[in-house]
Amino acid sequence: MSTQSVLFDAPGPRTRRRMMWLNIASGLVVAGIAALVLAKLGAKGQLAPSLWTPFLTASAWQNFLLPGLVNTLKAAGLAIIGSAVFGLLFGLGRLAQSRVIRSISGIVVEFFRAVPVLLMMIFIWLGLSQVNLVEPSEYPLVAVVAALILYNGSVFAELVRSGVFGLPRGQREAALAVGLTRSQSLRSVEVPQALIAMLPALVSQLVVILKDTALGYIITYRELLQEARALGSANGNILQALAVAALIFIVINYALTKLAPWIGQRLGRRTSGRAKAEAPSMIAATKGTQLP
Amino acid sequence: MRPLDGDYLSQFLSLFSQYDVPAAFWVNIKLTFFAAIIALVIGTVLAVMRISPLPSLRWAGTTYVNVFRNTPLTIIIVFCVLGLWSQLGVVLSSDFNENFFRLAVLGLAVYHAAFVCEALRSGVNTVPIGQAEAARAIGLGFLPTARLIILPQAFRGAVAPLGNTLIALAKNSTVAAAGSVAEAAGLMKTMIEFRSDVIFAIFFTFALGFVVIVIPIGLATTSLSRRLAVTR
Repeated sequence: MSTQSVLFDAPGPRTRRRMMWLNIASGLVVAGIAALVLAKLGAKGQLAPSLWTPFLTASAWQNFLLPGLVNTLKAAGLAIIGSAVFGLLFGLGRLAQSRVIRSISGIVVEFFRAVPVLLMMIFIWLGLSQVNLVEPSEYPLVAVVAALILYNGSVFAELVRSGVFGLPRGQREAALAVGLTRSQSLRSVEVPQALIAMLPALVSQLVVILKDTALGYIITYRELLQEARALGSANGNILQALAVAALIFIVINYALTKLAPWIGQRLGRRTSGRAKAEAPSMIAATKGTQLP
Repeated sequence: MRPLDGDYLSQFLSLFSQYDVPAAFWVNIKLTFFAAIIALVIGTVLAVMRISPLPSLRWAGTTYVNVFRNTPLTIIIVFCVLGLWSQLGVVLSSDFNENFFRLAVLGLAVYHAAFVCEALRSGVNTVPIGQAEAARAIGLGFLPTARLIILPQAFRGAVAPLGNTLIALAKNSTVAAAGSVAEAAGLMKTMIEFRSDVIFAIFFTFALGFVVIVIPIGLATTSLSRRLAVTR
């Protein structure tokens, strides 16, 4: 906020009065746009109560929205666990002393960060039918989870690496001085602190995972969006069903984005690294924001 | 998977005469290009709103970012096609395919505008307080300060996060498949369904295509962000 308030002077009485009027005017413009959208929707009959009341019935939630939400959370949960394992494995691989392991991990991580998740999802979904590992009914779930693990695991691996790089050099020097080997220092001193420092960024990445489960819609996974669409087709209120599905996503994700900085504040003292709420970017190590 | 013999290779290569892979990638590049321009415009307006002295504009900008950043892109694209087009009758082009293309561009743009706004805000944070104080000291109001002092430096400081957003946008252009746009991910699905015996070669072709698109953007923005960085 400090940079924001410095962009303009503390208002005096005249400015305050002018700002009040401008504020009312801009508020009216914003409200006007909203009213215009609502009027257009109303003219198309989209605001009719009969289109919205189905969401107040138990059957809409029991048969469509809740099973969809459960499937979304199931895929997200499995993907989070898998990504953590994948990220820890390849993050350590990128920090390994062996140049071969380092470069292999580097290629894997960079490759999966550059390929669109949807491409991997479709590939795994169609590829599963050739290998006979799981039941055909499980193909969509496995494809969603596996693709999310490959992408987000790679992001986690980068988080582990940049977390270790972000620690003060004295941590490793002290570990070596008390007689730990390089890999012991990595495992019991550096990575645990790196993980705590990276926890806010990890939580931010959970939002990405949760949002990307909706890609499962394209490969027929019965997640929230798929179920909302089915519900909308059944009741003839597809617009309203999509809005409700979006609202559920927004509420969960908004809570997660509020959680990240809070965790950073609480855990900041338990690591010598600097807690950041952002995932590392593919570009130069400058300030990045959460990736879309 | 069969061994990589001449037979496998020729079967795989014969696919290229049946399917126009470069054309599909060209659609993704066009989606990215147009969505990036619109997202940059909306994102800049949002960023100015979010740093403005008017609480109502700040609130509107923040609400936009919170809503669109937390909604899955797939829902937005599906909404553009099933909601805007089929329910509300919004038609952006009389040509059937072009209409889907423009709806997908719209969906991609409104989603990524939220991230452009956040990237620009992180760019604003790189501008030292003294710059704004100096601007106020010589009597500039909010809009002149933003236009002449803050935003030019903020853009230069935001090249890297903006580049990240562009990379994400290029990859996310595949989600337009959910909006009935014939692009690379959809073509890959068709090709694998038609010739599942060469599934690995098909996947790696498309994956490589995106690596080839993404890496130059990354290299260009990295060097740009170094060249444009304001020396302080």
